[in-house]
Amino acid sequence: MNERSSKTPHPIPPPQAGEGGAHLPPPLLAGEGRGGGLAAQTPLLTARDLTLRFGRIAALDSVDIDIHPGEVVAIVGESGSGKTTLLRVLSGLMRPDAGEVSYLGQDVLGMTEAARRRLMRTEWGFVHQNPRDGLRMAVSAGGNIGERLMATGARHYGNIRDQAAHWLTRVEIDPTRMDEVPAKFSGGMQQRLQIARTLVTLPKLVFMDEPTGGLDVSVQARLLDLIRALVADLGLAVLIVTHDIAAARLLAHRMLVMRHGVVVESGLTDRVLDDPQHPYTQLLVSSVLA
Amino acid sequence: MSGYNFAYLDESTKRMIRRAILKAVAIPGHQVPFGSREMPLPYGWGTGGIQVTAAVLGPADVLKVIDQGSDDTTNAVSIRAFFRRTAGVATTESTEAATIIQTRHRIPERPLREDQILVYQVPIPEPLGRLEPRIAETRRMHAMADYGLMHVKLYEDIARHGHIATSYSYPVMVNSRYLMSPSPIPAFDNPKMDQMPALQLFGAGREKRIYAVPPYTSVKSLDFDDHPFRPIRAPHACELCGSRDTYLDEVLTDDVGGRIFVCSDTDFCSERQAVKEAAE
Amino acid sequence: MSVALATEGLSKAFRLHLQGDVRIPVLDAVDFSVAPGECVALTGPSGAGKSTLMRCLYGNYGAGSGRILIRHRGELVDLAAADPLLVREIRRETLGYVSQFLRVIPRVGAREIVAEPLRTRGVPAEAALTRATELLTRLNLPPRLHDLPPSTFSGGEQQRINLARGFAADYPVLLLDEPTASLDPVNRQVVVALMAEAKARGAALIGIFHDTEIREQVADRLFEVLPIQDAA
Repeated sequence: MNERSSKTPHPIPPPQAGEGGAHLPPPLLAGEGRGGGLAAQTPLLTARDLTLRFGRIAALDSVDIDIHPGEVVAIVGESGSGKTTLLRVLSGLMRPDAGEVSYLGQDVLGMTEAARRRLMRTEWGFVHQNPRDGLRMAVSAGGNIGERLMATGARHYGNIRDQAAHWLTRVEIDPTRMDEVPAKFSGGMQQRLQIARTLVTLPKLVFMDEPTGGLDVSVQARLLDLIRALVADLGLAVLIVTHDIAAARLLAHRMLVMRHGVVVESGLTDRVLDDPQHPYTQLLVSSVLA
Repeated sequence: MSGYNFAYLDESTKRMIRRAILKAVAIPGHQVPFGSREMPLPYGWGTGGIQVTAAVLGPADVLKVIDQGSDDTTNAVSIRAFFRRTAGVATTESTEAATIIQTRHRIPERPLREDQILVYQVPIPEPLGRLEPRIAETRRMHAMADYGLMHVKLYEDIARHGHIATSYSYPVMVNSRYLMSPSPIPAFDNPKMDQMPALQLFGAGREKRIYAVPPYTSVKSLDFDDHPFRPIRAPHACELCGSRDTYLDEVLTDDVGGRIFVCSDTDFCSERQAVKEAAE
Repeated sequence: MSVALATEGLSKAFRLHLQGDVRIPVLDAVDFSVAPGECVALTGPSGAGKSTLMRCLYGNYGAGSGRILIRHRGELVDLAAADPLLVREIRRETLGYVSQFLRVIPRVGAREIVAEPLRTRGVPAEAALTRATELLTRLNLPPRLHDLPPSTFSGGEQQRINLARGFAADYPVLLLDEPTASLDPVNRQVVVALMAEAKARGAALIGIFHDTEIREQVADRLFEVLPIQDAA
């Protein structure tokens, strides 16, 4: 009766690590009239003029943001700066008072809940700060990874397990632990499992909310490096909220600095950190050791 | 019996329940809330099924009640007595003679007809409940047909046991749209629900939900391509009637390990025994 | 003469909001140009702004005013006005930078660090790693170190990894900030040879070389960066 070991007839080949395919030169769009416009590209996600007030507090005040394919964008700022709110609004979890969000031309705020959920389990991913919010703690690691596949129609048990083993390996978890529940895993492993569970459908855009927030410093470095490698291999676009400047420097191509619901500065990560213009950014950078 | 309205419930309550039933029939597999009443027996004894039966019962109906396939267990006997006394309807143990069959945990072996109604007693109507504790979220999952999670449960079964170990309350998709719990019938009975000529009504008293499968509706058990659904029964023949294709109960016959397997459907079994005896 | 990189009226000042809003001007109307196949050495006293100019040229510091023109995909593009996406594209394809210090990424081995600029251009892993091995070997980094993360390496070893990374991708424009500072004479000559080869294939080099001997060997021209009077 035990068919677990039976060889599956047509296993889906594990997804190929993009051989730099995500880094093909962007299309040439001449005559865009902006600094040569050689890199002009259609953004994946665009938000304009997002405004949201909680009573008298402005959580978001006329925020604009674009995220391009394969681009890692960090939102930094202290607690209460509005960065997590921005993440929730952009991913459609929360409605702003005003403004618009568009994903590949689709109006995110106007789309049906069904369409948004479909995005959230296929082309989007969300990595929570606390792995318990992103994992099913009573379901095995393999089941956690397989859920998005099954939600999108995968009906071959053997293939789902092959995929689960592949993704466990990619996030550096021994695939022989596939049938253990995440409660038995360390915090860092749980967070890596959450990432595997999110990436299994090869999303285009991943939202990350303080992914290293609750972890020991030694574990943080490993996780950040893993995220860095996966993002580069898969050509993911990532919007990462963090108050960890070092994490932003390691991962992000571009960053936005938020304070009191306002984006006070944005640009290339190394330029914002090495040549900060806004008083608040200068304060933020000067408070970081090393 | 004087002092009670026909079939115990007052007419406006029955109308309310019938409206819920009509809605349930219109949306096969969808759980419709209803104002479940206090009944003169505790939750878990079939209060949902009794209210549904009371709402569809007419004076000319012939009622059969089974519990685990058997007509003569306490629950079945007392519910039959209840309707005999409050509605004065005829009752029967014969599947063929009945127009309404209220059941706990079985579907009769004899195929049902278009002029029959099968009423299930349901303890837990929400198939996703054990996996997703937030009720609002399970409602959204139904609304969006977002049912990946149910396959996660079956996946976990195979991962742990090597096969799908769910042997009762085995989840089904109704009309390719709604995920539904068939109530705790054995998975063996699931195929009988598919394209059944009789109307199937489900009542959950404590959870205050009614749902339905109209006649000739597709009911498919969830499974995997490489682990297809298999109705499971004990690999024996019935000790009494010799049947090899019915659902069997294991019965201990003494206190030294003696056991026999007999049909769980007592009516079906006695019919077969009668035919066998007549042939001899 | 064609231009690989040029500045027009490039000025840069720092405003330190946390120190009473003091404004420190560093570059004032710098006009400077380098042609393909040419090596220009920046000279001038320490603190005159040579490193600031280099960082502006890389887009690491924002330009205050003026233009930074770079030939990218055959067109002259103003790097000072380019959006982050375009700056990244220019850095990926056209503009390399060898700094004095290696930014170590945890757990990533030396060979991978060197191969990375090629990988981001879409060069297959194997070819990129082969090229990385060639350069590391040429710079005399012992093979046993090739796959180790360089965080524990000596300054000279890290510098050679940085150099290999800078030369791996054959950038048309390469910025070198003290590339030989912590190298021994043998490896210094390897770097001189690498720079000569880069020039020969038409790369424009801009460097800060405190080692006058090296400067004389590689520089075609000197450009003096002078300190400006404090205007505050």
